Amino acid sequence: MTARIQIPAQAKPGEVIEIRVLIQHPMETGYRYDDAGKPIPRNTIRTLNCRYDGIEIFSAELGPGIGANPYLQFTTVARASGDVEFSWVDDEGVAGSERQRLVVA
Amino acid sequence: MERRVPGSEQMNWLRAALLAALISSCAVISSAEDRAIPLNQLRSGSEFLSPELRALQADAFANPGMLWVERGAKLWSTPAGSAGQSCASCHQDAAKTMRGVAASYPRVDAKSGFLLNVEARINQCRSERQAVAPFRYESDDLLSLTAYVNSFSKDYKINVVIDGNAETYFEAGRTLYYRRSGQMNLSCAQCHEENWGKNLYAERISQGHPNAYPAYRMEWQSMGSLERRLRACLSGVRAEMLPYGAQEYRNLALFLAWRAQGLPMESPGIRR
Amino acid sequence: MKHAFSRRGFLARTAGVLALPAFARLAQAQTPALAPALDPRVQAFARGALVRPGRVTLTLPSLADNGNSVPARIVVESPMSAADHVKAIRLISDRNPEPVMATFRLGPQSGRADIATRVRLAGSQRVTAVAECSDGTFWYDARSIVVTISACLDES
Repeated sequence: MTARIQIPAQAKPGEVIEIRVLIQHPMETGYRYDDAGKPIPRNTIRTLNCRYDGIEIFSAELGPGIGANPYLQFTTVARASGDVEFSWVDDEGVAGSERQRLVVA
Repeated sequence: MERRVPGSEQMNWLRAALLAALISSCAVISSAEDRAIPLNQLRSGSEFLSPELRALQADAFANPGMLWVERGAKLWSTPAGSAGQSCASCHQDAAKTMRGVAASYPRVDAKSGFLLNVEARINQCRSERQAVAPFRYESDDLLSLTAYVNSFSKDYKINVVIDGNAETYFEAGRTLYYRRSGQMNLSCAQCHEENWGKNLYAERISQGHPNAYPAYRMEWQSMGSLERRLRACLSGVRAEMLPYGAQEYRNLALFLAWRAQGLPMESPGIRR
Repeated sequence: MKHAFSRRGFLARTAGVLALPAFARLAQAQTPALAPALDPRVQAFARGALVRPGRVTLTLPSLADNGNSVPARIVVESPMSAADHVKAIRLISDRNPEPVMATFRLGPQSGRADIATRVRLAGSQRVTAVAECSDGTFWYDARSIVVTISACLDES
């Protein structure tokens, strides 16, 4: 699973920054059939959360209503330098994570 | 042009005028031969998209095709096979060595005489240089490496060789392009040459160019190759879908590339 | 030459296509469009509290040429202070087989209540974004969107 995080290279303390994340995942709805006519079981990312410098700043409960290879964008207040870390779990129990360092100065 | 025409001055003038007319009419014929669609009417598939999809393609972060490109970057330097060779072992930094390369594909491999697309070229390296099994068609690995290689041709204009040892492939591709097929009895040209720009239900028919591929298609919710797109068209006209890797797809791809020559490459493109 | 077409594959794909209208009926069988504030799916999120229009701006294109991935953005007017902020935002579809599309949890650390994502829509419908504020109030915005389907069948 490939995932991408976009945050500013550097931020000032107190600045509201934009965080973007894109995760490779089929977000299989459970309403499709394969070539042999068998239903394809649902497999979507269920929960996703974002921690910044160890503290949870955002979370999302997702499902088939979110498109394949989910994209999310939200904001946070830059406090101190630290990792912005995403982690997620899908219906099959597969967990993924990705992090990127935010420099606050 | 200096040409001595014997006879009187008046006759000379008349002959010159006739010759000029002949040359200009030849020029019209030859430019029609050179281009299926005049250069100033050439429209990339992205021009037929909604503004939202165009914006997504232009967004270098959110374009989901970039997930495959990123994976391809990792694969590029991952050793495979007992010799421990990676793509980078021979081709070093793709940002330098692959720049503009995909814009000249499909191209004939000088040694074997086969027409190769980028996918086949990658798999040729795998079997001949790395001594490992080729990637499966439409596998994430093959799509990723192809997308990675093609990403270094972004904005390069398509420019393929169609003469010499490519000519037979090109002519076969052209024949296929204008041949009706399927239960709908349609040729590629009937939609994408004679009727582009018109509406088919809610969508506008494109000119059918290959410059975005491998592309992320909303219909597929995934990345897919040009071959998959051609298969989709075949199924659309209710024709038999040829198996992946069929020679017909490559011939057609060469003709399509020539038809699109001058269009900038967009891979990883976004398409409906 | 070996061809990919098989009778079995065709039947299977046809079954898939035939299943589409059933899927659409399933979707339509749900509650017809009520005012968003009265929609039970909105009410379930508000746990009985009054859900008012305002403060929330949901941005969706009015027309999508494919329902598989449609950009959606939700912005809520809020100081996002410790005392007064948006706690959660829920996106509700009135036609998808699963009406709750996503729930986002945020807080004063967010700085702004401004979220963007890409949603999947099973046809033309109304999408509602409901925001829960720290003072216990609920606000919403709703947008209607037309989702077109492709003219060409794709069984690739």
